[in-house]
Amino acid sequence: MTKHRFLPALPLLTVLVMLGPVLAGLWGTVLPAFGHFPVAGLTGPNLSGFQSLLDWPGLPRSVLLSVFTGFASTLIALSIVMLVTAGWSGTKAFQTLERLLSPLLSVPHAAAAFGLAFLIAPSGWLSRLFSPWLTGWDRPPDLLIVNDQWGLAMTTGLVVKEVPFLLLMTLAALGQAEAARSRTIASALGYGRVTGWLKTVFPRVYAQIRLPVYVVLAYAMSVVDVAVILGPNTPSTLSVQIVRWMADPDLALRVQAASAALLQLSLVIGALVIWRVGERAIGWLGMMWIAKGNRGALDTVAAGISLALATAAALAIFLGLLVLLVWSFAGFWGFPDALPQSFTFKNWMRHSEGVLEAVGETAAIAVPVTLAALILTIGCLEAEYRYGLRLSNRGIWLLYLPLLLPQTAFLPGLQTFMLTIGVDVGRVPVMATHLVFVLPYVFLSLADPFRAWDTRIGTIASALRASPDGVLWRVRVPMLLRPILTAAAVGLAVSVGQYLATLLIGGGRVQTLTTEAVALSSGGDRRAIGVYGLMQTSAALLPFALALLIPALAWRNRRGLRHA
Amino acid sequence: MKHLAILAALLAPLPALADTDPADWAAVTEKADGQTVYWNAWGGSTTTNDFIAWVGSRVAEDYGVTLEHVKLSATSDAVTRVVAEKDAGENDDGAIDMIWINGANFSAMKEADLLFGPFAEQLPNWQFVDVEGKTVQTDFTVPVEGYESPWAMAQVVFIHDTADMPDRLGDMAALQDWAAANPGRFTYPQPPDFLGTTFLKQVLVDILPDASVLAAPVSDDSYDEVTAPLWAYLDELTPNLWRQGRAYPTTGNAQFQLISDGEVDLAISFSPGSASTAIANNELPPTVRTFVLDKGTIGNASFVAIPYNSGSKEGAMVVANFLMSPEAQARAQDPEVLGYGTVLNMAALSDEDRAVFDSLELGIATLSPAELGTAQAEPHPSWMTRIADDWVERYGVAE
Repeated sequence: MTKHRFLPALPLLTVLVMLGPVLAGLWGTVLPAFGHFPVAGLTGPNLSGFQSLLDWPGLPRSVLLSVFTGFASTLIALSIVMLVTAGWSGTKAFQTLERLLSPLLSVPHAAAAFGLAFLIAPSGWLSRLFSPWLTGWDRPPDLLIVNDQWGLAMTTGLVVKEVPFLLLMTLAALGQAEAARSRTIASALGYGRVTGWLKTVFPRVYAQIRLPVYVVLAYAMSVVDVAVILGPNTPSTLSVQIVRWMADPDLALRVQAASAALLQLSLVIGALVIWRVGERAIGWLGMMWIAKGNRGALDTVAAGISLALATAAALAIFLGLLVLLVWSFAGFWGFPDALPQSFTFKNWMRHSEGVLEAVGETAAIAVPVTLAALILTIGCLEAEYRYGLRLSNRGIWLLYLPLLLPQTAFLPGLQTFMLTIGVDVGRVPVMATHLVFVLPYVFLSLADPFRAWDTRIGTIASALRASPDGVLWRVRVPMLLRPILTAAAVGLAVSVGQYLATLLIGGGRVQTLTTEAVALSSGGDRRAIGVYGLMQTSAALLPFALALLIPALAWRNRRGLRHA
Repeated sequence: MKHLAILAALLAPLPALADTDPADWAAVTEKADGQTVYWNAWGGSTTTNDFIAWVGSRVAEDYGVTLEHVKLSATSDAVTRVVAEKDAGENDDGAIDMIWINGANFSAMKEADLLFGPFAEQLPNWQFVDVEGKTVQTDFTVPVEGYESPWAMAQVVFIHDTADMPDRLGDMAALQDWAAANPGRFTYPQPPDFLGTTFLKQVLVDILPDASVLAAPVSDDSYDEVTAPLWAYLDELTPNLWRQGRAYPTTGNAQFQLISDGEVDLAISFSPGSASTAIANNELPPTVRTFVLDKGTIGNASFVAIPYNSGSKEGAMVVANFLMSPEAQARAQDPEVLGYGTVLNMAALSDEDRAVFDSLELGIATLSPAELGTAQAEPHPSWMTRIADDWVERYGVAE
C-alpha cells in the first residue's frame, strides 16, 4: 500500500529532480559572480568579477555575437518552417520533406555541425566537387567561411538543426489548429495558399509552438558545441568564453566566469522579452495586413523559396553525414580531389577501442537516465489520471524552465556548487544533470499519447477486477508501447547529445561520444571526427529505429495496436 | 574543535611518511602490484593515446599496474583539480596519480608543494638518461630536482609542403619575407595554445640579438622593450597570414589538416617526428618535409610528475620508470608510433638496446639528431604567460 502514498508525491518529486540542480546551479553562479568564492580564498560580496569582465576587451563583440546568432538563427528557422508549412502542408512534397526531416531531429548538434563545416569550408566537399574543372581552383581560396567573425556559419548550422525541430513541433500543433478547414475557407475567399494560411492558421499554430520557439532562441544564444566547431574565435561567443574561463587553472577566473554567466542569463531573458514584444508587434501588423485584404501575389515565390531552403537544410545534414562517412574511411585526401585517393579500415581500427569505451560510457549514462525519466513521467501522468493532479498552464512553464535557461548560466555554477559542498564530479552527478534535460523532453513527448488513451478500456479492465496498478501495467502501458518507446528514444537522443553537462559536471573525466567528438574538433583530425561523429549519430538514431521495430514485432498479431 | 585541529595537524604528515622510498625498488614494485594509476595526459592526439594504451598493457603485464588514461584537453585542468583537492582536504587519495607536465604547470605545482618527490633520479632506468646532452634537469629554466621524470624530447621544427614551397627558411626574417610574397599560406595555432605561444617565443628568440634576457623571469621594467620587436614583427606578419589573421587553427594538429587541404604550406610543430607519423597516417601529403632555423630552435622535455596526494605513488613510479626504459623509448621514437625524441643516452645503453634504436627508420620527413642541431633553451615560464595574454589582447579579440 505504500506505493499508493508514493504515487501522489511523484509530481512533486519530479519537479524537485528537475529544478533542484537548476536552482543549485544558479545559487552556485550568483555567489561567485559577486565575488564570494571561499574555495579560491575569495570572500565577497563585491563587484570584482563584473569589473574584470568589463575590462575584457572581447566583451562587446562576444555579446553581440551571442545576440545576433541567437536571433538570426531562430528567425530564419521559424520563417522557413512557417512558410513551408503554409505553402506545402497536405501535399506530397511536404510528406517527403517531413519524412526526410524527422530522423534528422535526433542527429546530435555536434555531428551536424562537423558535417556542415566539412561541406562549406573553402577546401570543403562542395568546393572539391566543383574544382578545378569549374572554379579553376587548384588551391582553396583564402576565404573566411567557417569560424567567420559574424558567426554566419554558426547561424547556418543552428538553422539546419532547428528546422527539423520546429517542423515537428508545428506538425503536432497543426492537428489542434483546424488547419484544413481554415485553409478551405480561405481559399474559397480567394486567398493564396501561403497568405491564407498565415492569416488564419498561423496565429493558432504559433500560440502552440511559442514555448518551443523560446527554447530554440535561448539555446541558440548560449550553445557551446556548435559555437566551438563553427563559430568565431577572435573572440568567441560569450558562452564559449565562459567555458574557457571555467577551465582555467586560476580559480579566480571562475568569479569572472560566474559574472559572465549572469550576464548570459540576463541576455537570454532580455532577448525573450524582446521576442515577446516582437510577437505583439507582429500581431498588430498582422491585423492591419489581414484588414487590407491582400489575397497574396507573391505566394508562389515564397512557397518555392521556403521549400528550397528546407530541402537545403535537410540536404546539408545528409551530405554532412555522408562526408563524415567518407572521411572515416579515407586514406590521403588532398585538395581538390572529390574523393580520397584510397579507402582504408585503418581509421576505424585505430579508434575502435576508444569508440567502444565511449559508447559504453554514453550508454551507461543515457539508459538509466532515460529509465528514470520514463518512470517519473509515467508516474506523474498516472497520478494525474487517478488523482486529477494535472499540471496547469503555468506548470508547463516549469517543464520548460531547464530548457529556457541558458546552460552556461547554471551548469558552471552547479560545478562550483558541488566543489563548495565537496561533492565529487563523476558519472552519478552527470546522470542527475542529464535527467534535468531529458525529463522535459520525455514528458512532452509522452504526455499527449498517454492522455489520449481511451479511459473506457480502463473502466472495462476494472470491471474485470483489475486493480488500478493492474490496469496501468497490464493494459495501459502495453497498449502505449510505441509512444513509450518513442519517448525513450527521444530521452536517449537528448542524453547522448549533452555536451556541456557532461563536460562540466563530469569534470572532464566522463568521456562520452559527444565530449570525445567535440574534443577532437580541436585536433582537426577529420578521420577521427568522422568515426566519432558517425558513432554519436548512430547512438542517437538507433533507439528511434528500435522504437519503430519493437512494437511492429511485439504487435505483429494485434492489428489494432500497430498504429497505437 | 581545537583538539581536533591539533590532532589533524599531528596526523597530517603521517601519510607522507608512509610513502615507499623510491630508492627501495623492490618495495616499490611490490606495493605497485594491483594499484590503479590515473594518468592525466593531454588526449588530443590519437597517436599519443595509442601509445599510452600500449604503456598500460605493458605495465599491467610486468608489474600488475592498471593504467587509466584520463584524457585532458589542457594540462591545467589537472593542476586545478589537485589545488581543489588540497583545499578540500583530500590529502591521501586524490583522483590524479600522474600528470604529463612541463613548463608553467610544473613550476606552479612545484612552487605550491603539490608534487611528490624527489623520485626521478632514484628510478632504476635513470642510469640510461642523457643528463649531459638533454635538458632533463631543468624545465623551462626551473630546476627539476627529481620532482618529475622525463620521457620525451621535443624541439620546434617547421613543416613545409615541398610541392608548394620547395625551400627551407633560414630565420624568422626569411619567414616574414616569404609570407609577404605568399600571403595567406601560413598560420600558427591560436595562443594561448601552447604551440602557438611557442611560435611567438621562437620569433622572439630568433630576432633578439641576445636572447639570454629571457632566461630570467619577466620584469615590468624591461618587458615592453624586450617584446617590442615581437609585436612589430607580428603587426607586419598578421595581414599576410591565412584568413588575414581573422581566424586561427585551434591546435597544432589542426594545421596538419590545413596543409593536406592545401590551405597553407607551412606549419610549426614541437615534435620532430610528427610529420613522418602524420604522413604514415594519411594526415599529411607525402611531399611534406621539415626544417629548423639556422640558429637552432627551441627545445624542451616532456615529463611526468606525481601529485603529493596520489594514492598510487608506487604504481605511478613504476609507470614513470617504464617510460624511461629502452623498450618504451624506442617505441616512442618509432615514427610509425609516435616519433618523439628519446631522453636516453645512446652510449649508456647495452649493444642490444642500441641496435633497436639504430634500426629505427626515422621517417622520410624527420631530421637526424645532427640536422636538428642545437636546441635553444626555453624562456622562463613567466614570459610565456605574459606574451600569450598580450597576444590575446592585441590579436585575439579583433574588432
